[in-house]
Amino acid sequence: MNILERREGAVTILQLNRPEVLNALNAALMEELTDRLAVLAVDEQVRVVILTGGAKAFAAGADIAELHGQTAASVVSAPVINRFDALRQFPKPLIAAVSGWALGGGLELVMACDMVIAGDNAHFGQPEIKIGVIPGGGGTQRLTQLVGKMRAMEMILTGEPVDADQAYRMGLVNHVVPAEDVVGAAETLAEKIAKMPPIAVQLAKEAVLAAPDLPLEAGMRFERRLFALLFGTDDQKEGMQAFLDKRAPHFEGH
Amino acid sequence: MGREYANLIVKEYGATLEIMLNRPETVNALTNDMLTELFAALGDAERRPQIRAVILSGSGRGFCSGQNLKEVAGRGDTVDIGEHVARYYNPLITRLYQLNKPTVCRIQGACAGAGMSLALACDLRVGSVEAKFSQAFVKIGLVPDSGSTYFLPRLVGMAKAMEMALLGDVVDAPEALRLGLLTRMTDAGTLEAETQKVAEHLASMPPVAVAMIKRALHRGIDASLPDQLLFEQHLQRAAAATEDHHIGIAAFLNKQPPQFTGR
Repeated sequence: MNILERREGAVTILQLNRPEVLNALNAALMEELTDRLAVLAVDEQVRVVILTGGAKAFAAGADIAELHGQTAASVVSAPVINRFDALRQFPKPLIAAVSGWALGGGLELVMACDMVIAGDNAHFGQPEIKIGVIPGGGGTQRLTQLVGKMRAMEMILTGEPVDADQAYRMGLVNHVVPAEDVVGAAETLAEKIAKMPPIAVQLAKEAVLAAPDLPLEAGMRFERRLFALLFGTDDQKEGMQAFLDKRAPHFEGH
Repeated sequence: MGREYANLIVKEYGATLEIMLNRPETVNALTNDMLTELFAALGDAERRPQIRAVILSGSGRGFCSGQNLKEVAGRGDTVDIGEHVARYYNPLITRLYQLNKPTVCRIQGACAGAGMSLALACDLRVGSVEAKFSQAFVKIGLVPDSGSTYFLPRLVGMAKAMEMALLGDVVDAPEALRLGLLTRMTDAGTLEAETQKVAEHLASMPPVAVAMIKRALHRGIDASLPDQLLFEQHLQRAAAATEDHHIGIAAFLNKQPPQFTGR
């Protein structure tokens, strides 16, 4: 069991569970994670997923013991790296709850999520350069998108991590909370989102994720189509009626 | 325990650990060896759960006269003072300020330069009427380091911090008490006992909550109100889950003094 799963109402919490190696990401763990997400993607009871690790480490990086003997040819098709692509396809909001280290593949996993809650003990870094390689799970692309070229360049070329407060100022995390209640804080955020109409939530996520890839004109057009599409849902009618009636809406997910 | 130091005396009374700088012939001027030992001693204090309060003190007539100038000053060509600060002071001040136990500095006389920075990085300061504080850096053409420019304006306000850092004048104990730099001022003869009393009081408090309060106050000084309210909200949830919270409530209802477990 490399992944533990817990359900709280409409929120599912997935916990990386290789504490003896600070949750180093090996092929087996990444496969279990993507398998779990594939199931949760189609489970209508699940509205939001939280991804977390242990108290000391969210994930300290790829499993170096596993990567050590590899050749260029074997790494090109290595599942541990290609699994990061699968994460991007997950349609529901994914919140990372980070206590301790999120390094290398651990940070790449964090950046593949939609929002990040950081414990005040959290550290984020891409230290691959220190062992003769570079990030391979999207680090150079995602970090640059998130924090800008200059800061990404320094982190990736020196391999030095940043702490929770620095990460917050860079826009790498949404909130810094006490490490002891980092999952609790993520659940509070998840429950807020879980109360929102789920079709609108999914389309909003899709539109936001499309933003860096689309030219502005195309992005605006895409957004307008999705906006119009939501007028075919019951939840839009309920939401607007409740607003006019000055009462709380009750969304059914239709 | 069991670690031996050449430049420190480390003593234990109950749940209090005292770390005493011990080069009285130079009023405990800070040498590289002493700074290295202090860093290690604080690490030990941090790791031992039975220690619930730390006293930082100096032997002899003063607490600490600051950096030992013979090791760095006037040697600009051979010693990179920036490198020295990065290596010896920055990690030490960070560890002391962020220590997961409450800290009290005992000041019986001189408290100058980097020695004053050490005192400022502690949570509380208890001094005798003979305590003397000085931001001496400016007098030798240097700037306050080891956190003084961070701690001082936070503790006494910008105006007083400017005054102390720019003029380098000595601030005596009564003035330090008025400024809030000293928690308590005592006679020379009762300083040790009074400092120990404060440490014992700290040691009797619930250690998990104490460590959390330190973290929250350190954050609060820099955070925005909405950020800090969120931080408090989740910190309170974690505090409420401790055994000591329930012990505290039960003791309050039974009108008994609580015996906290640290869990």
